[in-house]
Amino acid sequence: MEAKVYKDDRQTVLVCCGTGCTANGGREVFRAFQKRLENHPEMEVLPVIKATGCNGWCEKGPLVRLMPRDITYCSVAEKDVDEIVDKTLLEGVLIKRLLYRDPVSKEHLTSHHLTDFYRKQHKIALRNIGEIDPGQINDYIEREGYQALKKALQDMDGQAVIDAVKTAGLRGRGGGGFPTGSKWQSCRDAKGEPKYIICNGDEGDPGAFMDRSIMEGDPHTVIEGMILGAYAVGATHGYIYVRDEYDLAVQYLGQAVKDARQQGYLGSNIMGSELSFDIELVRGGGAFVCGEETALMASIEGRTGEPRDKYVYPTEKGLWGKPTIINNVETWANVPVIILHGAEAFAAIGTEKSKGTKVFSLVGKVVNTGLVEVPMGTTLREIIYEIGGGVLKKRRFKAVQTGGPSGGCIPASLLDLPIDFDSLTEAGSMMGSGGLIVMDDHTCMVEVARYYVNFLAGESCGKCTPCREGIRAMLEILTDICNGKGKLEDLQLLEDISATMQEASLCALGRTAPNPVLSTLRYFRDEYIEHIENRFCPAGICRELTTFYIDPEKCTGCTLCMKSCAVNAITGEKKQVHVIDESSCIRCGECYRTCNFDAIKLARRDRHEN
Amino acid sequence: MGECPLLEAIFVQIDINEYERENEYRKLIENYEGKAEHLLAIMQDVQKQYNYLPRLAIQLISDYVGTPVSRVYAMASFYKAFSLVPKGRYVFRVCDGTACHIKNSETLLDRLYQQLGIKAGETTADGMYSVETVNCLGACALAPVMVVNGKVHGKVSPGEVERIVKEYGGQNHGS
Repeated sequence: MEAKVYKDDRQTVLVCCGTGCTANGGREVFRAFQKRLENHPEMEVLPVIKATGCNGWCEKGPLVRLMPRDITYCSVAEKDVDEIVDKTLLEGVLIKRLLYRDPVSKEHLTSHHLTDFYRKQHKIALRNIGEIDPGQINDYIEREGYQALKKALQDMDGQAVIDAVKTAGLRGRGGGGFPTGSKWQSCRDAKGEPKYIICNGDEGDPGAFMDRSIMEGDPHTVIEGMILGAYAVGATHGYIYVRDEYDLAVQYLGQAVKDARQQGYLGSNIMGSELSFDIELVRGGGAFVCGEETALMASIEGRTGEPRDKYVYPTEKGLWGKPTIINNVETWANVPVIILHGAEAFAAIGTEKSKGTKVFSLVGKVVNTGLVEVPMGTTLREIIYEIGGGVLKKRRFKAVQTGGPSGGCIPASLLDLPIDFDSLTEAGSMMGSGGLIVMDDHTCMVEVARYYVNFLAGESCGKCTPCREGIRAMLEILTDICNGKGKLEDLQLLEDISATMQEASLCALGRTAPNPVLSTLRYFRDEYIEHIENRFCPAGICRELTTFYIDPEKCTGCTLCMKSCAVNAITGEKKQVHVIDESSCIRCGECYRTCNFDAIKLARRDRHEN
Repeated sequence: MGECPLLEAIFVQIDINEYERENEYRKLIENYEGKAEHLLAIMQDVQKQYNYLPRLAIQLISDYVGTPVSRVYAMASFYKAFSLVPKGRYVFRVCDGTACHIKNSETLLDRLYQQLGIKAGETTADGMYSVETVNCLGACALAPVMVVNGKVHGKVSPGEVERIVKEYGGQNHGS
């Protein structure tokens, strides 16, 4: 699969221009290279989108890769451009200070492919990210792009495409894990014309950004997947519903659709065949519930995005009452690979019931943050410790949250769980879109539950009572507990409300909304009890329950905490013990997290005040 | 902040001065065919241009698409992208996605409050600055993230807030 976009005799500079690197000045570096290399027609400069977060390097971004030697430079600034051109491009000398230094071995690595973070991954959906310029259709074509479509049109009929997707065992990557092939089959068999194809790019889970990365970094794979879907079920029109907040994704997808049309991959008689199919882009309005398929379709139709009950599936009556397939971005990105390289090859990866790979966005209190694509069945420990490099600042691992607001928190005791759709559901969480948020002992689990419920309170559409009122009631209870006004019987009440919501809510948003609460109650009940009985937040997060003081034995008078304090509540001379003035302290905990000597201590607020 | 922004906005009369912009509004709106399925896109373009949906523009959209004003309001109040009141010239959007939240994005709001004197959802009286929280900007590897008028600031430490606010001339605005 290692086709090259660069020609062997030409030096190519790939500058990461993804959201992360752009924030650090990637565009400026790109322009500086362009300007400097104007007089060197033997080299070319390509702007390349990299998955934001690759190895946590976007913090050290902008990233520059030099091909064909495969050299990766980190933290490149505009002023480094001349040196890179003179030394590395023209003379072939490496610039050591711009290379990545492995934190364990202390070695300078010439390419990011050599790091643990990359070596342990298996890329299918992300196969082109960072390797191609998403604005150039020819880059995609040179890496086997639109070959799957060609193969399908020449050698397969629509049913054969569906059979391949079924044999591959592909399941929806957006959350539920519904078998994609069965979905397509029922749409193909449904009566009604025209049929529609939708790509769900309304990635709403906070903490997940793989869909953004794919839409930004490899828009044509999504388009090719959709065309294959259209061929399989006989659809003529498609929509990509993308979050309006994702500026770059909107831009590159729009460009890609235009280019695909121009080259005859979209429109009438695609590649000289009978197939006619076109795609329109719809920008989402910023409503989490629109990730739910029936709500999303209502939104495309120009209505408020409220879901409906699904006694009839969208595959029979979907968009404008016509048979519709709706799949998530990552699912579509897998389809061309399945068709081109064969269903068996895909099915050979993963676990018995979850085939292929899954992209996770590994974020939070972990050393290497970024997108990680691994075979289904990889354990949490492998992802967090071997790929992610462990917990930040070597703190204690407390939990990992998966599945966004519909998912749950998984404790350290389950770190060796091989993760796939079913194992996560059994653990009381969910695959969701694949967010993995690592939490350490400075994270309060009650507050995390409150955070998700608060998020959902703002996003529940309000159409059905169990969700609308249930979430509100849960939020009140959780806020009380965080403020030290909780009662022990509240825990039972939370469970009762949850049970009703799971049973009676209209859509998946309401049915899964209790997961963050139930999973934290299941694995971290003692923390709830600590909040209620002892009025203490062990993580030092809940401000009403916490106060901070400085241990005079441990304070070295380094003044770091003093500088970190927003309200100047800390006083003390250099090399003398510092003191926190409780009356002006706002309990933000910044000093507690900043101190390198463990000198700032937590105490119960009422105890200390009395 | 009022009790119900929707009710407040409905009772807002169209300001006579707004008619000066009528042609500008029309030009934006008439980029699309007047079908219901384009309602969202039209509203987004107006929002993008003016940072809110002016009362007159809502009237014009409703006429053009042939749908009641109430439905345009339903859309405007349902989707987060829309605002019925003008936003500040500089909008500070603090990401409160999970990755940013557990990296204490809340302390950034504390600092903004100290500098600008406003909380999330508010705009300064002179119309210069607004502070908002957003759910997730998909830049989790850079947590905590703050975006000012489209410019992404990553890994913002509480101490850096003052410097960023200064870039937009807003230091000690609230005091």
